Amino acid sequence: MKVPIIVDGLRVEIDRGTPIINAARKAGVFIPTLCYHEALKPYGSCRLCMVEVVHNKQRRLVTSCNFPAEGGMEVFTDTPRVRQIRRMILELLLARCPEVPMIRTMAKQMGIESPMFKKREANECILCGLCVRFCEEVVGVGAIGLANRGIDREVATPFKVASDTCIGCGACSYICPTGCIEMVPDEKNPRLRRMKMGSRSLVSCPNNYQCESCPTEENFFAEMKTAITKFQSTFRKASSR
Amino acid sequence: MQQIRTTADLERLRGSLLQKGDPGKILIRICNTGCRARKSAKVIEAFENEVREQGLQDKVEIKKTGCHGFCEMGPIVVIEPENIFYCRVKPEDTGDIVSETILNGGVVERLLWKDPDTKKFIKCEKDIPFYKKQKKSISFNCGRIDPTDIEDYIAGGGYSALGKALTTMTPAEVVEMVVASGLRGRGGGGFPAGIKWRLCSAAPGNIKYIIANGDEGDPGAFMDRSLMEGDPHSIIEGMIIGAFAIGARHGFIYVRQEYPIAIEHLSIAIQQAEECGLLGKDILGTGLDFTIKIDRGAGAFVCGEETALMISIEGRSGTPRSRPPYPAIEGLWGKPTVLNNVETFGNITKIFSKGADWYSSIGTDNSKGTKIFSLVGKVKNTGLVEVEMGTTLREIIFGIGGGIRKGKRFKAVQTGGPSGGCIPISRIDMPVDYDSLREAGAIMGSGGMIVMDESSCMVDLARYFIQFLLFESCGKCIPCREGLKQMHHILTNICEGRGEHGDIETLTELGRFMTTTSLCGLGGTASNPVLSTIRYFRDEYEAHIYDKKCRAGVCKNLFEYYIDEELCNGCTLCKVKCPEGAITGRKKKPHMIDPQKCIKCGICYSLCKLEAVRVR
Repeated sequence: MKVPIIVDGLRVEIDRGTPIINAARKAGVFIPTLCYHEALKPYGSCRLCMVEVVHNKQRRLVTSCNFPAEGGMEVFTDTPRVRQIRRMILELLLARCPEVPMIRTMAKQMGIESPMFKKREANECILCGLCVRFCEEVVGVGAIGLANRGIDREVATPFKVASDTCIGCGACSYICPTGCIEMVPDEKNPRLRRMKMGSRSLVSCPNNYQCESCPTEENFFAEMKTAITKFQSTFRKASSR
Repeated sequence: MQQIRTTADLERLRGSLLQKGDPGKILIRICNTGCRARKSAKVIEAFENEVREQGLQDKVEIKKTGCHGFCEMGPIVVIEPENIFYCRVKPEDTGDIVSETILNGGVVERLLWKDPDTKKFIKCEKDIPFYKKQKKSISFNCGRIDPTDIEDYIAGGGYSALGKALTTMTPAEVVEMVVASGLRGRGGGGFPAGIKWRLCSAAPGNIKYIIANGDEGDPGAFMDRSLMEGDPHSIIEGMIIGAFAIGARHGFIYVRQEYPIAIEHLSIAIQQAEECGLLGKDILGTGLDFTIKIDRGAGAFVCGEETALMISIEGRSGTPRSRPPYPAIEGLWGKPTVLNNVETFGNITKIFSKGADWYSSIGTDNSKGTKIFSLVGKVKNTGLVEVEMGTTLREIIFGIGGGIRKGKRFKAVQTGGPSGGCIPISRIDMPVDYDSLREAGAIMGSGGMIVMDESSCMVDLARYFIQFLLFESCGKCIPCREGLKQMHHILTNICEGRGEHGDIETLTELGRFMTTTSLCGLGGTASNPVLSTIRYFRDEYEAHIYDKKCRAGVCKNLFEYYIDEELCNGCTLCKVKCPEGAITGRKKKPHMIDPQKCIKCGICYSLCKLEAVRVR
């Protein structure tokens, strides 16, 4: 069932219950996003798509990528509050990833001349989760995930061991908005593809799926044991903080 | 175990239990949950040995109960029927208690509670001001019944509310009664429980779930712990009523891993309820099938959040998700789910045993009923306090809490844990209810109340809570993860003497931003401690930033200890105990601290009986 939505004064109709960002797109109104992708379930982690919505005389700030449309809603994408929010998100991202070109460009577009927060780190990943969600929902493999909690959150394979489920499709590298996942040929076997993320490799099968002759299978349990022991000692260190 | 298949069975069992009770027997009620930390288990053992050796088993019953509430005075022992209240009981004291009180009918005066104002000993539990000024309702059974014995719960009237709801009301009537009572969720959100039940009840689908949140992550809060440990059946009974109301056949109690006694007592309670037929198939002959499973947390504060908790039960990493869809419509495994705090379920039981009218006659217009608070910090009487909503902070902190210890001055009270805020002396007469607290810049939260005196630094307090939330944030959304990170940097710098002009404004802007843009309540309320301390204690922030001074004597780089020559009597205790040899002075002559050597460990400050060590 289609319902009428007004976006910045422009009237459009979209399916009831679908995210209001569709209304903006239909109306030709641009809403910046980082973690949103049409092929994936909405995630709501970057908060960049937040807009003001008036419905039933109530005004709310919501993420447009997942807020369900109801008839009679009025969406405002360019109010002072919305601009303030977008600016602050970029300030925080700039503090996290000061060297990433895409973030620097977006920050300039938001009108940020000199950063609000001191430079204390230089991350490349913005934790939008697109790579993880793509691998899970579209590719169906789920070779990578989001590990750890809070400021230690990172994209990694289980126990950070070389993946035995990655198929080397390169979707994660393709979808990554900052370009921090690179697809490179494997040093040992140039016909294989390796996904590199910083110093880490989200690697595809190093033995070309010939499991009977696979040295990794043999070493897998030993590798797993080492990884678990290492994991346990970092966990103990973290919990004694 | 006696089968309870109808309400008639229940009444009959209660009748026979009440008849069995021997009024001539002496009853010793002793806390076997929280007070185990002060060796109450050994006290119980000592009593049991003493009673056995003296051959008093027929005359004396020892009942291991839950938390009595006056935790400052634990281990607590109450002797009935005289209602004698003994506090800070040690295993060595049991001999005196048995010979003096049980055999002779007298009192052991040194173990009685002494009123610090009147200097008089008080004999009876019911006369102690800490208890007299409370309105114990939800926590009534804690400290009175044996939580590991369902018959104790039934004898006191337990499960009759369930009988009434299941056999005389329809599910819709049950929902409307909860709405009429005005009960608001006790977990912190304060959302009207009846509205949640109504939404879930109306949601399409015939698989629904009901969950009790026993995660209690707020530092300093232990209300839910003592309810789960001391009166687990009240929670179970509330859940069965809820399951009947919304049409759920399965329930979960999510208990934090760090509460092993709660897990043990809840497990025993569930098992006993199943054994007699109050859980399982065809409950009380009404056709209701309902079972409860316990799910344990794994050390994550964020898993106390509604959606994260459900995701955690599903076996995935507890990361909150956006709403809508609301869990009442789409929750655990995508099915309509009601999630309420364990204390909320305790309230449900009371509403159905005494009626919605009775319940809504207690409290204020918008905050009905009673609330259990964990009163901790610099008060004389720490422990669990249950009062009517609308009771003032003054009545709680000074009336029940006995005021600030060691004659110091009240500075602020932090309510609502890391999502809450600080309230200063200027607002001490405000009523404690959901809306008044929110307007003051704090929140009710789950009920934590941390009282502070002049030796607490409000900036350091803000830093502490931000650090806690930083470690507990799930890290999914940018405002919370990155915002907390920057707040932590700024606050740490301020506390270490590197505060800069503009920091207060940055913290305020960042705080307001996080409140409006975070994905879940953790980030959404994270800035409350910072914003409320800036609102009421801005001068402290300015002193830290511009004067580089911490007047409370907490931030080590921003103060120094010195000895007041007029007060020091030269006892040399501080000089002897100083780990750095920073104190010099001769016997009977005023001593001196060398600020170059002093590491601000605070040992001299806490040791000096004349309070001659001071902060500047």
